[in-house]
Amino acid sequence: MDIKKRWLAVFVENQVGVLAKISGICSSKLYNIETITVGTTADPTISRMTFSFLSNDATFEQIKKQMNRCVEVIKIIDLTDIPTHMKELMFIKLKINSPVEKEEVISIAKIFRASIIDYDMERLILQSVNSEVGNNDLINLLSKRFHDMEIVRGGVVSIEAMSISNG
Amino acid sequence: MKKGTQLWLEALKEEDVDTIFGYPGGYVLDIFDELYKQNDIRLILPRHEQAAVHAADAYARATGKVGVCVATSGPGATNLVTGIANANYDSVPLVCFTGQVPLDLIGNDAFQEVDFIGITRSVCKYGVMVRDRKDLGRIIKEAFYIARTGKPGPVVVDLPSNIMKEVMKDSYPAEVHIRGYKPNSDVHVGQLKRALKLLRDAERPLFLCGGGINIAHANQAFRQLAEIVNIPVITTVMGKGAIPTNHPLYVGSMGMHGCYAANKAVSECDLLFSIGTRFNDRITGKISEFAKEAKIVHIDIDTAAISRNIKVDVPVVGDAKLAIEKMLTMVKQSEKREWVAQVKKWKEEYPLGVKSGNCVNPQRIIESINNIFDDFIAVTDVGQHQMWTTQFLELDNHKKLLTSGGLGAMGFGFPAAIGAQLAYPEKQVICITGDGGFQMNMAEMATAVAWELPIVVLVFNNSFLGMVRQQQQYFCEKHYYGTCLKERKSCQRIKCHTPEECPPYLPDFLKFAESYNVEAYRVTEEEQIEQTLKIASEKAKQNKAPVLVEFILERYDIVLPIVRHGGTLDNMILEEN
Repeated sequence: MDIKKRWLAVFVENQVGVLAKISGICSSKLYNIETITVGTTADPTISRMTFSFLSNDATFEQIKKQMNRCVEVIKIIDLTDIPTHMKELMFIKLKINSPVEKEEVISIAKIFRASIIDYDMERLILQSVNSEVGNNDLINLLSKRFHDMEIVRGGVVSIEAMSISNG
Repeated sequence: MKKGTQLWLEALKEEDVDTIFGYPGGYVLDIFDELYKQNDIRLILPRHEQAAVHAADAYARATGKVGVCVATSGPGATNLVTGIANANYDSVPLVCFTGQVPLDLIGNDAFQEVDFIGITRSVCKYGVMVRDRKDLGRIIKEAFYIARTGKPGPVVVDLPSNIMKEVMKDSYPAEVHIRGYKPNSDVHVGQLKRALKLLRDAERPLFLCGGGINIAHANQAFRQLAEIVNIPVITTVMGKGAIPTNHPLYVGSMGMHGCYAANKAVSECDLLFSIGTRFNDRITGKISEFAKEAKIVHIDIDTAAISRNIKVDVPVVGDAKLAIEKMLTMVKQSEKREWVAQVKKWKEEYPLGVKSGNCVNPQRIIESINNIFDDFIAVTDVGQHQMWTTQFLELDNHKKLLTSGGLGAMGFGFPAAIGAQLAYPEKQVICITGDGGFQMNMAEMATAVAWELPIVVLVFNNSFLGMVRQQQQYFCEKHYYGTCLKERKSCQRIKCHTPEECPPYLPDFLKFAESYNVEAYRVTEEEQIEQTLKIASEKAKQNKAPVLVEFILERYDIVLPIVRHGGTLDNMILEEN
């Protein structure tokens, strides 16, 4: 099957219950949402939701149609196959056992363009603004050495690109 | 200055509402008080909120107007849920107003507080709570607009009691603008041309009509189209009546209990030209085998219905009537086809029929209705009697059928008949119901008597939940469990095949009717059917009251043919095993 990662930007009325309605459409039809982020737009009466799904063509078509049917949905943009800038904010809290480990984290952070935003004697907090895949890679790498990690991922936000072919 | 309730009433009048089905309660006191002060809108009080919403639903189906019901917060509202889902499935325009606790109590688990918008989110077209008095007019305007346009459906408007008390200066808006809701008002002519090209090239084309044709009132136009292109017509249950059932091109309804010729035709056609259906699983059977030989054209108002269940070759989004009328300007008279004769031959080879024992054959009851009445609204409940009705009842411009198709909600029939009769007091309304479904809402006999409604209620009594029993017969090795309505504590299930020892049926429908001063008849022999129906109809008119006729059926009669769940349409069970 043609299962792949898909992205949608959904512009909705900024009202109570709209998030529940949209996510309800997905749950009632067994469409599993991978990630979701919501925020208001320049027009405070409109919210922009960014969804990602792992699905095949037919299911994804239905997701779009079902959402479009919703009175509260103003516009949907399929971001799957168009150039976009996509970033995810992630925090990782790590337990550091030695100065060597600390140095190692600092050098990994450099390579991944993550920054250390907080620390005490035993722990430090990494902040990474990266693609979802980049953040996955960072977690994978760190988990080989560090087992005591707290990970907070924000979900991906995305905006259509203007002058690049892929963000 | 206006109270919220005053604006609400003004809105209803502007929307041309003349009848409300409503049940009172603490948080709709002000609304009822407003209704008390006027005479333009009548309030019909049912005996249960579920009946209110089913009646409003049928009122809408019969008139084409938006049906309106009112219930109080909490249990009043939750009792509406089945009816809302039912209207949603069958695309019926409804606006359901529910009382709600005042805004400052919401979220406090207040007495009779439920999150009704949350509860109904997945079973209505749109739901909204009014949270600011200044939005009240706009929201009601939008509710009626959303309910009746596009693919019609139920809209829930939740009214916190303080909003309805609040006073301000405003009036009901004349216009509506919803940026996220722009129903399709046109049809793509290019797509229609592609569809008609397929039609010209096809050797064995077939029309499949769904409920969309009836909802769009496209029946006349469709009949013209079918006659010009000369193509056989099959329908879904909801589409029945799209073309008069005695029309030479009409084959029958298809699907799980469809007729042999219709199901066979779907399997053999090379073009399935479908209008206003969503290809529900009861229609398609096994999806991969459905209309395997055919290209598929699908006209539907709902984009989401297209290519959801069945992959469509030419999709056309738009109103059925508009699309058909446009096609009428684009088609030429077509010659007779051998295919039409072939389908007709199948119809003659395997006609529908019920083989019955010594009791009253249900087929004869429906045929008697065909013989006696030439102008009626028949309303069914859900179950075997419903399938027999869709198989045998003749429909045309004067003979209409209302039935719960998509949701299949038992209990719909009787309250829906009340709604239909209130819409058309002069028409003969016939409620065809089963002994199971009737019991779900038979308290509405009081409503029917109170409003002097001459409904002829036909109870098909086989003392079983017959449709489920029939499925147990075929798919559960005759384990008739939880389906016998004669069963009592004293029954021994295993040895229960001695009917003469069965306990008497509960209730005695004649005594039940008597307690409402309603005339009732019990028919146990076929010879009595026609005569009793005639008497019942006359008595109902004379008495200005319902009349109940109970038909004692053979307990084990079955609806045939059957397509097994997930089976292929051309693999029907045609004979009883």
